[in-house]
Amino acid sequence: MYGMIHRALQCFSQDTYGDGLWQKAVADAGVPSPEFEAMLTYPDQQLDDVLNALAARLDKTPAQLCEDLGAYLVTHARMEPVRRLLRFGGATFEDFVLSLDDLHDRVKLALPDLHLPRLEVDVHSQSAFSILVNSEREGFGAVLLGILRALADDYGALAVLEHGRAAKDGLMREKITAEVFEADFTSGRGFGLVTTDIVR
Amino acid sequence: MEAAALGALMPMHLHVSATGHILSVGPTLAKLRPDEQLSGRRLLELFEIKRPQNIRSYADLVSHGSCLVRARFRHGDQLGLKGLFVPLPAAQDPLQPDRREADDAPPVLRPLPTPPGDAACGGLLNLSLGVNVVEAVQRYNLNSADFAPADPTVDMLYLIEAKSVALEESKRLNARLEGARSAAEVQALTDTLTGLQNRRGMDLVLQQLASSGQAFGLMHLDLDHFKQVNDTFGHGAGDHVLRHVAGILQDETRASDMVARVGGDEFVLIFQGCVDLPVLEGIAWRIIARLEEPVAYDGHLCRISASIGTTLSSFYTKPVADRMLNDADEALYASKNQGRACHTVFKPQQASRIG
Repeated sequence: MYGMIHRALQCFSQDTYGDGLWQKAVADAGVPSPEFEAMLTYPDQQLDDVLNALAARLDKTPAQLCEDLGAYLVTHARMEPVRRLLRFGGATFEDFVLSLDDLHDRVKLALPDLHLPRLEVDVHSQSAFSILVNSEREGFGAVLLGILRALADDYGALAVLEHGRAAKDGLMREKITAEVFEADFTSGRGFGLVTTDIVR
Repeated sequence: MEAAALGALMPMHLHVSATGHILSVGPTLAKLRPDEQLSGRRLLELFEIKRPQNIRSYADLVSHGSCLVRARFRHGDQLGLKGLFVPLPAAQDPLQPDRREADDAPPVLRPLPTPPGDAACGGLLNLSLGVNVVEAVQRYNLNSADFAPADPTVDMLYLIEAKSVALEESKRLNARLEGARSAAEVQALTDTLTGLQNRRGMDLVLQQLASSGQAFGLMHLDLDHFKQVNDTFGHGAGDHVLRHVAGILQDETRASDMVARVGGDEFVLIFQGCVDLPVLEGIAWRIIARLEEPVAYDGHLCRISASIGTTLSSFYTKPVADRMLNDADEALYASKNQGRACHTVFKPQQASRIG
């Protein structure tokens, strides 16, 4: 798997719990190097092993950690580029949720080697949605839940999100349900189409 | 068609009357001049048309028929714009329903440039920011609602940003790899071209020998005429000769001796436990003789030789690596001064500084 995901876990762990805990978790997992490079590839197993070791040290479930990782991707200053790329999805939180259908293709356009699961958005009413995660791997749904919780704040929307499971073609898949109660609950954070760094 | 629908489809359009006055303006184009009323003004008073050339009146533009247009605002921030102008004959409704018959020619994206004759003619000019979009978005605070959903500009901005993030990551990785590579190079003890020890490797061996008190002979060898080989036959020939020299030097020394390439065409040989001058002189002359045998490279014969200077640890009461290297170097230059291709032994009595 693309090191970007391993790298995200590393940055999240180091920025949230310090480098010491990260070094211990990597050692617990028996992974050779504590430094993941975003542009190189690493075995999937290393990701699972480090995640489980980290969860064990923090006395949390891997799913809880995944959700925290998702929120970190949107809220931490170091991950600002990720937040910005996500915000291109739509002008409002509802638009963003509807754009998740395209997330897979959108990411592929920018990073052809980063394979994210396809997401399927179902619209139940103007403000109620469900998102099915088409992946055999557990965990992406929890990351998405964290991303959505943090992005609802980012857009200034008041939304209730839940993580569950649903059968799809006879297979169990992670599923997120989202209900938006108020689109303009707070003013949210700003977003311009162009960052100040691009324009010189 | 209504101005609102026109604006939704083409947020940067200008609808121009037969007299060249602006009838309606797309909402995004209007955002570029927030303090001005654009409707009702003359197109050419507001914009300078750079392509087609020599447009002095609206009639000039109409005479080109449907055409690509490059334009810029005459006043204020002169942002470059590009787009398509389509004349709309005055008699017709600006955009009529498609009433072509089944066997009519298929529609073309750009109507053929047929000037509509003398009849007064309005037109539609659909503009775009082109490559200036990044600057314009920043300057005029445009957002995704300012671009038509069918317009991939927002996706392009997303892509620009995503790619620059990926590029930044790649650059960082390259810098880290480059750092690791140069660190490894600094730590390396081997010369990559010849496989001999490098200067660092030689320094380590020399320090160990000097501190262990073991006797040893030190030879400094410099190739003669090597520059001519490089200049005449190229660096490929030069590299080939250097590898050939390395092979000879290793042949003529024992495994316990050390051969190092310490500069472009400079070598140092260290003979562990050997301070027997006649033996070393024999080796030196044999090396010179073998190096003088021409080396074939790419159909050419490369001819070199070597000058050598030698010193022995037994010349010194307390051998110091740096001094021994200097003395061997001095002897080497004596060889050069004698007309090259020879071997000189450092003479301790000549140097008052020997302690």
